[in-house]
Amino acid sequence: MSVAADPETHVSISACPACVAAPSAERIAQMAAPREARLMLSIPGAHCAACISTVEQGLERLPGIRSARVNLTLRRVLVEAEPEVTAASLIPHLDRLGYEAHELDPGVLSVTETDRQGRELLMRIGVAGFSMMNIMLLSVAVWSGATDATRDLFHWISGMIALPTVAFAGQPFFKSAWRGLKAGRLGMDFPISLALVLASGISIYETWHSGRHAYFDSAVMLTFFLLVGRYLDHRTRAVARSAAQELAALEVPRAIRLLDGAEETVMVADLRPGDLVLVRPGGRVPVDGVVTEGTSELDRSLLTGEVLPVFAGPDRVVSAGEVNLTGPLVVRVTAAGRDSSLSRMAELVAVAESARNRYTSIADRAARAYSPLVHLLSFSAFGYWMWATGGDVRYAINISAATLIITCPCALGLAVPAVVTAASGRLFRKGLLIKSGSALERLAEVDTVVFDKTGTLTMGAPEPTNLGDHPRAVLDLAAALAGASGHPLAQSLAQACRAAGVVPAPLTDLAEVPGYGVEGRLHGRRVRLGRAEWVGAAPLEVTATYLGMADGTTRAFTFADALRPGAAEVVAAVKAQGLAVKLISGDAPGAVADLAARLGIADWTAGALPEGKAAEVARLTAAGRRVLMVGDGLNDTAALAAAHASVSPASALDAARVASDIVLLGRDIAPVADALRIARQSTRRIRENFGISAAYNLVAVPIALVGLATPLWAALAMSLSSITVALNALRLK
Amino acid sequence: MEVLTILIPVSLFLGALGLAFFFWTMKNRQYEDPEGDARRILRSDWDDHPKP
Repeated sequence: MSVAADPETHVSISACPACVAAPSAERIAQMAAPREARLMLSIPGAHCAACISTVEQGLERLPGIRSARVNLTLRRVLVEAEPEVTAASLIPHLDRLGYEAHELDPGVLSVTETDRQGRELLMRIGVAGFSMMNIMLLSVAVWSGATDATRDLFHWISGMIALPTVAFAGQPFFKSAWRGLKAGRLGMDFPISLALVLASGISIYETWHSGRHAYFDSAVMLTFFLLVGRYLDHRTRAVARSAAQELAALEVPRAIRLLDGAEETVMVADLRPGDLVLVRPGGRVPVDGVVTEGTSELDRSLLTGEVLPVFAGPDRVVSAGEVNLTGPLVVRVTAAGRDSSLSRMAELVAVAESARNRYTSIADRAARAYSPLVHLLSFSAFGYWMWATGGDVRYAINISAATLIITCPCALGLAVPAVVTAASGRLFRKGLLIKSGSALERLAEVDTVVFDKTGTLTMGAPEPTNLGDHPRAVLDLAAALAGASGHPLAQSLAQACRAAGVVPAPLTDLAEVPGYGVEGRLHGRRVRLGRAEWVGAAPLEVTATYLGMADGTTRAFTFADALRPGAAEVVAAVKAQGLAVKLISGDAPGAVADLAARLGIADWTAGALPEGKAAEVARLTAAGRRVLMVGDGLNDTAALAAAHASVSPASALDAARVASDIVLLGRDIAPVADALRIARQSTRRIRENFGISAAYNLVAVPIALVGLATPLWAALAMSLSSITVALNALRLK
Repeated sequence: MEVLTILIPVSLFLGALGLAFFFWTMKNRQYEDPEGDARRILRSDWDDHPKP
């Protein structure tokens, strides 16, 4: 989004004295008046050439759109449009084209878009690659028998290419090794840097003295392969980071503050207790507070898992995260910022997360064991040959350099990044976004899967269940009334009636009564659709809306929460993989038992409080289980953070998405089972790759130690092991 | 072996040319959407005339 304000808006802002003092308010006003809109939308469903055409042409046909460009790798579309176009207005269009879309904030995303570090690494890979090819050309000539002056000439030219290359392309390793050294630890990068410096140094010395062996090609090749590994690693991290940002960008934390009756948009962080906040229908309550004006109904499903909306009127306490459904509400802020329940939940998450960050990956463990071993080997080789040759420094250094080069973790550096890149690419294509680097490994260890109900296994959207029980005339009436309301039950009813071909009855004086329902007149007599007590019906146990007809009789329309696509498959698949499945919900026992029976989950808990969910996860963990938590609501957040690994759908509240390792981009939940399978497979591949590099070292190191290693040997072994490891990673299905 | 005086500069020149070309593609952001570009080439939308 362009933040540059045009002069006119700026003048009008300065005319408002309060705004001058409030820089954030000014910034918001500027953001509201850009000269052109650059909108970014996430389209997880795009996957082919036809998708590109459909989305781009479909969008470009709309008025006000200048251009649309799909990025299939990131599953995003960038739209340049007239300033009045908003991303929210494009979502229904994309929906009609058959693509689910979410709005993203390009301001936050620009950081990952211009990925400087990644481009720099790619540049270094390019330089190392081209030098490697040129040097190889010369080295092959030497290996195939060039002697004397020709060999020296080739070595000199190789050196002239190799030295600047190593100095430029090897910088990431040198810098990181230096940082490590200053902090007093020897990472993987120290032996790498040492090998690069030693190989280059010894080669110059040998060339100077017309020696037979120069390791210029090895030094450059080492740089090249290690940079490839580093780049893959960086990509995974960048994607994970951008995923986190992308999700943060999904929700822009603003609120409408009422100041002497005038509305102004402010950041939620700027709200103070005592402020009055307007919450429009469809909007999310931004703070904890008390209703002062208006009646409505609130959807609390994200907080508590209850499907049924609750009534809200003056003096009712509301919490941040609830969604206002039917009428506008004015809320007096009681707690904002750090004190609000949302923020307390975030702290809970932060504590649990830091525990998770202590997780050491296989790669870390390998690197920790590797560094000392390599140095020990190299130094003992130096010591032994000094003693054996009676003080021939040149020979001893040659051997210890060869040992360092051969043991250098080419394959080791590729073993993990190659697999992780292949796995996260595969998962991304299935609609799963990995947010954390160690998520795959943790996912592979999972043996118990805990599901939340509302919004996770179900869509959190009700569907009418007893339409067939009502006569046609009743349906006509219900369809007419339901069509006039914004309440989710009414909308779902209206949609089901439309689908069934019901013709709405001709009603007059249709009016929505916020918090109660909708009423109208049929031939002059009043009819109502809404809450039981308002209509005059006896309330049922299940989710229902009630129709009060002209003759005074009432009818009930019952609803059930629709299953999320893939819910049955994911439960069956997870059970087939031999994992334990558990359902924990904050909803009423009846609804939970019903769903558990439908999906075949034997172990379920209903009416769980947020702390209860986290405690249950902690109890399972204490019993030695590794739990995967799948949930979407604020009530799941603490449990998501406490679990060994966690997944949440993209429709989840941002706090829940932040707390989870993996985000499900599409509506279908079935890929979760694939994620578990792919995670286990990739961990197996990582172990195999370590095995391959170890086996190669087992053969090559003794050869180097006895002084038989030649540059040709080193080059062959290095490239062979790297390629084997990369190919093994690609076997992932 | 005199041919080396021509061949070595030629090979170095070609390598440098390739590297320069690689830098050019980097600068033109050709690696932003590899998957999409691979599929775009198969579309027939702008076969007759370029996209305006």
